[in-house]
Amino acid sequence: MTITRAEVCAVACAEIFAGAGEIMASPMSPLTTLGARLAKLTTEPDLLLSDGEARFFAETPALGRSAPIEGWIPFRKVFEVVASGRRHVVMGANQIDRYGNQNLSAFGALQQPTRQMFGVRGAPGNTVNHATSYFVPKHSTRVFVEKVDIVSGVGYDKVDPANPAYRFHHLHRVVSNLGVFDFEGPDHTLRARSLHPGVTADEVAENTSFDIAGLAEAPESRLPTDEELRLIREVLDPKSVRDREVPQ
Amino acid sequence: MRDKRMSLDDVVGELRSGMTIGIGGWGSRRKPLALVRAILRSDITDLTVVTYGGPDLGLLCSAGKVRKAYYGFVSLDSPPFYDPWFAKARTAGEIVVREMDEGMVKCGLEAAAARLPFLPIRAGLGSDVPNFWEGELKTVASPYGDETLIAMPALNLDAALVHLNLGDKHGNAAYTGIDPYFDDLYCLAAERRYLSVERVVETEELVKSVPPQALLLNRMLVDGVVEAPGGAHFTLAADDYGRDEKFQKHYVESAKTPEAWQQFVDTYLAVSEDEYQAAVRRFAEEEQ
Repeated sequence: MTITRAEVCAVACAEIFAGAGEIMASPMSPLTTLGARLAKLTTEPDLLLSDGEARFFAETPALGRSAPIEGWIPFRKVFEVVASGRRHVVMGANQIDRYGNQNLSAFGALQQPTRQMFGVRGAPGNTVNHATSYFVPKHSTRVFVEKVDIVSGVGYDKVDPANPAYRFHHLHRVVSNLGVFDFEGPDHTLRARSLHPGVTADEVAENTSFDIAGLAEAPESRLPTDEELRLIREVLDPKSVRDREVPQ
Repeated sequence: MRDKRMSLDDVVGELRSGMTIGIGGWGSRRKPLALVRAILRSDITDLTVVTYGGPDLGLLCSAGKVRKAYYGFVSLDSPPFYDPWFAKARTAGEIVVREMDEGMVKCGLEAAAARLPFLPIRAGLGSDVPNFWEGELKTVASPYGDETLIAMPALNLDAALVHLNLGDKHGNAAYTGIDPYFDDLYCLAAERRYLSVERVVETEELVKSVPPQALLLNRMLVDGVVEAPGGAHFTLAADDYGRDEKFQKHYVESAKTPEAWQQFVDTYLAVSEDEYQAAVRRFAEEEQ
């Protein structure tokens, strides 16, 4: 059985949490949830994972399934966790720019948008308080834009180095269906860490509105180990929900 | 002790156009929609609404009753997620918005609850939130160091509307689901506090039915109590009922054309709460 693109993405999403320790992992989509649970079952057993509503899981269930719980995390307590910094969120993005500014609010003008989405949600608080990563299932020039319409998630060029209130800002990874990226390019711009097997640098460049640092040199993304494949296919996602978010 | 029981229309009789109203719940979860429907039946308008928004804000926008909205997000919590009437009001430029981080809503209600002019918060720095506020949102410098933070202003409310599962006639009330949301904070932040509940019971039964930690509201926090079974429909009111996903989809579909919306209004909104609940039961039977 060939390793699918979604399975490579799942491993890349798990690696977002490498070294995270005893913090709350808050993945916001099925594939990032798969990644967080895979991390917990392999290298990061101390992660705290919620059911997405108000309970901390004591065990690590398959996608869409429940499990015994170990604690209570209603929304008001999530905001306490955010302010404490003991969290790593993986959000989606309608738009993201080279400095990591992200938009999930709306397109167009602030007081009269052309298309309304969620509003800023928790993105401003997440990005200024604790580690934040992004997952983009369809890497395109519409998502990776020169300039986002509305800054909901704070990018590196918005950080005021004279104000220590920004000291917890950290954008860790961007995982897309094409590769793995961080913001270690010049002036904290998007840099390619690896491209998924079968993806070319040209393909990434064609689907991004700005230049990505290190694109030509980027190695191939790591393949899942046999154990990771077993956990993905047999334990965590036997119904292949992952293929709906990232088609082969 | 005072008997605070009122009807839905009694509550609306105490509200006025131009008020700042906080609406409890979260997204499409335990929203006081029977109270919102009662506002839709009234001529109250020009409202400023403070909310973790869902179809509450959508329904008020559908009737042109919102002038200004303070919110952390607006979501239906299930596909298609974006509320159609809020989206229309926004793209038409019909409402002024003070969009903010979700944590800023909690912070602003806590400031109002403690009668403080502001509370410092990190969330909002570096984002477009200050631009949404058009000068209404300031920063504050710490007197103890170099940090400059957002000075979240108190979200003082003229009135709060919340829906809980169980209460007594005096205003003691409990949630029975997994999350209190922020309904106590809305009541603490408001001048007038109106509570709808699935069931009004004697105090003794209330306190026997739930653990003490679930008794979210006490008498000091409530001015009026309305018994409104199904009062959160079509949002969820765990443990009493889940979200009516089919009906929520029907609401979204109906917003797509003027004809479909007029039919939705005639069937579900231009009617009493009892008639609404009866029409909803017919909808559920037809969907089976």
